[in-house]
Amino acid sequence: MRNEEGFSRRGAAEYTKPPQQRARIGIADRDDVVGALMLAPAVIYVIALVAMPFFLAIALSLSGATVGNPAIQQFVGLDNFISVVRDAAFMFALRNSIIITVATLVLLTILTILQVELLARDFPGKRLAQILLILPWAMPVALAAVGWLWLLDSEFSPIDWILRAVGLLGPGTVLGPANNLFYLGREWLGIGAVVIINVWRALPLSTIIVLAGRTAIPNELFEQAELDGAGYFRILFQITLPALAILLIVAILFTVLVIFGDMTVVALTTRGGPGYTTEILPYWAYLKGIQGGALSQGAAIALFLFPVLLAVSILALRMAYRRQE
Amino acid sequence: MRTGQTLRMIGFYAALLLFCGFAIFPAAWMLITAFKRNADLYDPANNPFLFNAPPTLSHIGFLFTETNYPVFLWNSLFIGVIVVAITLVLAVPAAYSLARLMGHWGEHSSIAIFLVYLIPPTLLFIPLYEVVTLLGLANTVWSLILVYPTITVPFCTWLLLSFFRSIPREIEEAALTDGWSRVGVFFRVALPLAVPGITTCIVFAFALSLSDYIYAAVFVSATTSRTVSAGVPTELIRGDIYYWQALMAATAIVGLPLAVVYGLLFDWLVKGFQVELPRSPRA
Amino acid sequence: MAVLEVRGLTKHFGDFKALKGIDLTTQEGEFLTIVGPSGCGKTTLMRSIAGLEKPTAGDVLLNGRLITPLPPRARNIAMVFQSYALYPHMSVADNIAFPLKARGVARAEQERLIRWATGILGIEALLHRRPARLSGGEKQKVALARAIVRKPSLFIFDEPLSSLDAQVRALARAELRQLHDRTGVTTVYVTHDQVEAVGLGDRVAVMQAGALCQIGSPQELYREPANTFVAGFIGTPPMNLLERGATIVGFRPEHLMPRAAVPESEDVATFQVHVARIEFLGSEWLAYGSADGEFRNAKVLCKLRQEAISKVKVGEVQEFVVSRSLLRFFDTKTGMHTAAAPI
Repeated sequence: MRNEEGFSRRGAAEYTKPPQQRARIGIADRDDVVGALMLAPAVIYVIALVAMPFFLAIALSLSGATVGNPAIQQFVGLDNFISVVRDAAFMFALRNSIIITVATLVLLTILTILQVELLARDFPGKRLAQILLILPWAMPVALAAVGWLWLLDSEFSPIDWILRAVGLLGPGTVLGPANNLFYLGREWLGIGAVVIINVWRALPLSTIIVLAGRTAIPNELFEQAELDGAGYFRILFQITLPALAILLIVAILFTVLVIFGDMTVVALTTRGGPGYTTEILPYWAYLKGIQGGALSQGAAIALFLFPVLLAVSILALRMAYRRQE
Repeated sequence: MRTGQTLRMIGFYAALLLFCGFAIFPAAWMLITAFKRNADLYDPANNPFLFNAPPTLSHIGFLFTETNYPVFLWNSLFIGVIVVAITLVLAVPAAYSLARLMGHWGEHSSIAIFLVYLIPPTLLFIPLYEVVTLLGLANTVWSLILVYPTITVPFCTWLLLSFFRSIPREIEEAALTDGWSRVGVFFRVALPLAVPGITTCIVFAFALSLSDYIYAAVFVSATTSRTVSAGVPTELIRGDIYYWQALMAATAIVGLPLAVVYGLLFDWLVKGFQVELPRSPRA
Repeated sequence: MAVLEVRGLTKHFGDFKALKGIDLTTQEGEFLTIVGPSGCGKTTLMRSIAGLEKPTAGDVLLNGRLITPLPPRARNIAMVFQSYALYPHMSVADNIAFPLKARGVARAEQERLIRWATGILGIEALLHRRPARLSGGEKQKVALARAIVRKPSLFIFDEPLSSLDAQVRALARAELRQLHDRTGVTTVYVTHDQVEAVGLGDRVAVMQAGALCQIGSPQELYREPANTFVAGFIGTPPMNLLERGATIVGFRPEHLMPRAAVPESEDVATFQVHVARIEFLGSEWLAYGSADGEFRNAKVLCKLRQEAISKVKVGEVQEFVVSRSLLRFFDTKTGMHTAAAPI
């Protein structure tokens, strides 16, 4: 050893008694066993309550099961699908599901980008703004829908009152002659209302998702661009948006799942009416399957959702991978 | 320069105000309605934003004494807390296992988790209705406790998978060489470092279980087992009669406190969303 | 103090062979550095020794005890990572106590050991800070304290200096060596920096492409490189390697002298060197040239003292010589050291 003798010996003396060790080796040390044990409960749960019901849904859709007689043994082939497609409501439901989802997405994407830009910086009162902006997401969807139902009431809507007050509504005005617009009682106003409610309640979540990506963009990138003399919109389109693209896609995917697959808003506001003009697939599946008692037909309708969701997801993911590479 | 900056500030706050207004307009309307007397409310000539007659607490009193609202609140809270617990027990270990212990395919399994999340309640509620009936859980809160994790577990596993992957591997390896077993590392290093992700999961699991309408409406028809989401609309909308003030009060009483809690956790939620996209399987 | 032995250690990641059968034995209490370019497998070797990587084949022994099947925690090996890997959610004191808690050390004893470890590294004042509020140098000291506090049989360092800036690095290097000398614990130190490896190690092991090229004292590696890779990797500037048919002739830049600077009596080999440029380094000069004739203008470097530089004429072909005893020969095909060839 090249060190001075005395020093080394003193060091060695301090080192004589290593702390005793509890080295009982067991399964807690085996990554594969620990990993399998940690994963198993979730996998078992998902197989039992997602995968099996999913196949049960397929089986149901091929059977003649009803609420009164829920046995799935009676095989009827594609009968349920055929009768569903032939139903006058089907085209309305499919059309509206797609229109509402697409319109929600377009509006939501634009508003999300704007709101993220606002919340990306610090300003006095930010906490209050965060509380106010997250409010639509904090309300249970069903209750929020009831709130909107009242807001869009056919007689007492405050929006109508404002329109009347400024002279846009009522006898002899642009939107007249009636005193009310009957938002939920007209085909396109109803669809528009559902879109606005969807955007309203989905905006906080998509903002949170995209904001997570926005805060991850290094500040130097913006400073460099500003030094290079890029204006606000050039920075937005050439730096911010490309960097956010992947998280925007994630946010959009989430929204599609929530909007396309959920019936709550329609169930509590327009109820698919007037007629079937604002019907959507999930609510129709509920009406047929549970209210109407035709479990098998309800399952068949709901199954129409799956290929659409699958296609959208694959498309979105592929776009995202292309960006990542 | 000076005026340019001032203009930008004005533009910024104007935009912020617009967004906040859009977010809270329905809520503000609810809040005003909740305290209005019938005579005031049902007069189309009245300014709906003002109290043309003195405000009243009678509708809130009605809500708590003559409806099952307190039962709904309790059911929702009870279900929410248990669902959050079940979700964490299932999702946190599963996510850690996939992120660290199951090798290559585990890390890239988030696409499979995403596919599970892709199956919406609308597709499952009919078969799950049969399952719930079969198990004799129909009309009880336990039917909802059983099925809500189908929404929350895939979502939280996916979120936490990304979060665990964002923790530097070396920190856990240091703990392994420092003398801890894999289980010790999970509890003493990985879990504490995943607190932002877990917080986000708690909020999401609670919010998702509170918000569900379809399962709550289909599985439970007994009034005393209903949640806020399904109970309030059925109890306070009786045929053509809408108890508007009570409905709005019921909504505001749930929504406003939660908005404050979630709003204060806003930055945490953002931090918890350390998501990456589901990894491409060939990567 | 312990002896580490690695036998035929092999690690494959799919098709990639990260380690191709490494054999290595440390001496008791020695400071062994392992050096190689990035991707040579040195980090995989360290991780296999620590138990973080399961080897495809081969064994690791500590004091003659087979530890290959043991999990990392049962090996009593302390590893200091490149990033230091401090626990961000714990104070410095808790970071250092963490390995002790794993062993169920009593509280009072924990505190005594923490005082001892922090005393050695001079970081008593940092105990209540969080890692996020430490400088790079302080982080390293905390990582070292965490490593020594449980009195391991073996230290493993994985490039612990690479995230420090140059000024702190020299100091930290000295500190590391001093720590080893004080504790006497066998240390394996991985780096890609040959200056660090040669400066710190009692012995140096050179790795390339998953294999061990040579292990020996820094002087041995410098004087007798086992192959052209070691010759070119160790030393700044590296050994001159001139190809001539089936053999490569090698010599250190400081051994190449102008004819006029060497006494006639010495047994020397002669090279015709065209000097293109000279560079002042402070204590010496560096001459850039090419060897003419049978070496086909191969580049050569020449390190010269002040008194020799006056004898060099830039831009001219000149006779340079190397003492025959300082010439090394390698096989052109294999790169391995061979017997002397006539020159």
